[in-house]
Amino acid sequence: MNRTPILSRPVGLVFISPATLFILAFLIYPFISIVLLSFTNQGIGPMYGPNTRFVGLQNYAELLNFSRWMNRGQLGWSLWITAQFVVGSALIGQAALGLSIALLFQRRKGFLRELVFTLAITAWIMPDVVVAFAWFAFLDPFRGTLNNILGGLGLGRPDWVLDHPLLSIVIFNTWRGTAFSMLLFSSALASIPPSFMEAAEVSGAGAWRKFRDITLPLLRGHIATDLILVTLWTFNTFTPYLITGGGPASKTLLVSIYTYETALQFNEFGKGSAVSVIVMLINLILALVYLFSIRTRRAAV
Amino acid sequence: MKNPILRMAILVLVAVSLVAGSFLSARAQETITLKIEGVSGPEVKWLNETVKPAFEAKMKAEGKNVTVEVEEFTGTGQDLRQRYTLDIGAGVGGDILSFDGFWIPDFAEAGLLKPLKTVVGEEVMQWEGWAKTPAGLQAILAYKGEIYGYPRGTDVRVIWFRKDLLKQAGLPENWQPTSWEDILAAARQIKKALPEVTPLQLNAGKAMGEASTLQGYMMALLGAGHHIYDFENQKWIVRSEAILNTLNLYKTLFAEGLSEPRFQLTQDGRDQSFLAFKEGRVAMLVEGDFFWRSVLVPGGTNPASMADRNEKVAFAKMPAMMPGKGFNGQDFVTISGGTGYVINPNTKHAKEAWALMQVMFSKESFEALQALQPRIRPRTDVPVTGDAVMSALAADVLPLTTVRPALPTYSKVSEQVQLMTEAIVTGDKTPEQAMEDYATAVEGIVGKENTVDLK
Repeated sequence: MNRTPILSRPVGLVFISPATLFILAFLIYPFISIVLLSFTNQGIGPMYGPNTRFVGLQNYAELLNFSRWMNRGQLGWSLWITAQFVVGSALIGQAALGLSIALLFQRRKGFLRELVFTLAITAWIMPDVVVAFAWFAFLDPFRGTLNNILGGLGLGRPDWVLDHPLLSIVIFNTWRGTAFSMLLFSSALASIPPSFMEAAEVSGAGAWRKFRDITLPLLRGHIATDLILVTLWTFNTFTPYLITGGGPASKTLLVSIYTYETALQFNEFGKGSAVSVIVMLINLILALVYLFSIRTRRAAV
Repeated sequence: MKNPILRMAILVLVAVSLVAGSFLSARAQETITLKIEGVSGPEVKWLNETVKPAFEAKMKAEGKNVTVEVEEFTGTGQDLRQRYTLDIGAGVGGDILSFDGFWIPDFAEAGLLKPLKTVVGEEVMQWEGWAKTPAGLQAILAYKGEIYGYPRGTDVRVIWFRKDLLKQAGLPENWQPTSWEDILAAARQIKKALPEVTPLQLNAGKAMGEASTLQGYMMALLGAGHHIYDFENQKWIVRSEAILNTLNLYKTLFAEGLSEPRFQLTQDGRDQSFLAFKEGRVAMLVEGDFFWRSVLVPGGTNPASMADRNEKVAFAKMPAMMPGKGFNGQDFVTISGGTGYVINPNTKHAKEAWALMQVMFSKESFEALQALQPRIRPRTDVPVTGDAVMSALAADVLPLTTVRPALPTYSKVSEQVQLMTEAIVTGDKTPEQAMEDYATAVEGIVGKENTVDLK
């Protein structure tokens, strides 16, 4: 069959040019600019101003100086905290909890389901500053709601942000983002034909067997998508800054906060850009690992 | 006029000239808006109610239509500095900016601020106010002999204490320690008598920013014998017995539970410590006089405002570690900062902005401000009035004072001080390790040749 394109090539180029320009201006240009800045000693003052010098790989050498990079407040320290935060709040928290809720309410209707879904989605769609402020107040050791409840039940009044800072932001981020995984998994579960389950039941399969042999294989692609997205979002989230400021004593210094602190609080824009480039590479690797794992699974199937 | 075309033509002509005329007159009457940014406390009221009407009337008399817009800022100094860094760097921002003197060297070196003479013109030096301002106070917003702005005043730092709590612990209401040992003894006595009360707040850590360096570390270090910088030989002092003694003081305070780590480590710890002082949960707090006149002030907007401030709060001078062992052989020490206003070099109305500054800093305006908030003002013809405590600070403490080195590297060194003290609060490092790490970091910032170790 002779396929005639709807648009001629030049007309097609005209049509994609706005999108291309947009991407160039807002994605490619900033990206190149950040990479260039990361090779300079840019401090406060105009970008590439008279005090800005090319310093080669010095910023990277400082950041990746392995004799001290695990020290409090350094890049390695910050990456380690971020890793714990991602495993705690994205993988165990959001993805596992979201999947559990979705399974719990699989093919069920009623008030409880509506209540849980509504609350989870509300937590997800509210603006960052609003929820951060609410949590800041919620966790206050003296007047906060949480400690008033715990204290009332005789469970003590822990100083959450001071003594359990990482746990506090892990719980916060789980609360904040579970809705996405929950929605994704419940719509995926809804797409599994009921006849599969019925056939399995007829053959005498228990709940665990049904989950392992039917639900899990059919959800695999969704799980991979969910993990990529929540990991990347959690890796880059900045909202915990509004609750802990990265402290106390750098105990919640997520890599996003470390970048912000280096560039905008300590005014080392060159070094901050170098951190951004490193973070960008880590994100890229994470995304590739997940994409690759989906491919191999698809190939295996 | 029977001719309809002619009638139409005349109508059009009249309409056009009306529109054009109103347009032109609007041009002649164009309003200039001057924006003042970063203002907090009673100065918002002062600018809006005293300065704005006076200045607008003065401009009107000169045939100019100028209005003043005041923007209140209630965030931290770090937040404000960050905003100025980005705004000025991007070529925008208010016309007049409330500014901390210790930011000047950094901003001037980076080309973000320009001397008043450059922004406005040589005529700035003809202002009558310069003759009434001592050189030391002109220097607050100056760098390398160039003046960038004008100060609102200067300050001193002392130990503020709750008379009622000290009395309950069996200490005199006119308590005045003469050594660190006296402070520690009093703190231990308070802890014993009032276990719920945090005896002493001496700032430390990264969360409090510059307040950790200036109100905390420097107040102790000066008492231990030297400054952060050797002004004579132009070197940063990075290793010394005095630094170790200072860190050991912090260590004692936290090891014995005489200070509260929460205030040092959490994000709004400084505000929490102020509130705790007001509520009688902190007995002694080392702060600048801003604490007295702006935070605790009865009827103020700060949550820590105390209606019974005058009955319950008093100050003691910060003693040297031992009498005569302080900076310059002093028995008591203090250090001053200073803040004021600069003109943003991005302003399109530099002349008008300078005219506004002259109204702000006239004797009359300062006197109106003094009625709202008595403090040490830069003008010698505006004395401290109506506040015995502020007068006592000016008379007894101000003569003891020193200032931070006006160097662009200062803020980076100050960050290292914050990290060094934080490591003591968390118990991460011994004083020796913390000082060694500080020394290495400062050598990296300023160059080893610009540092010195004291035996």
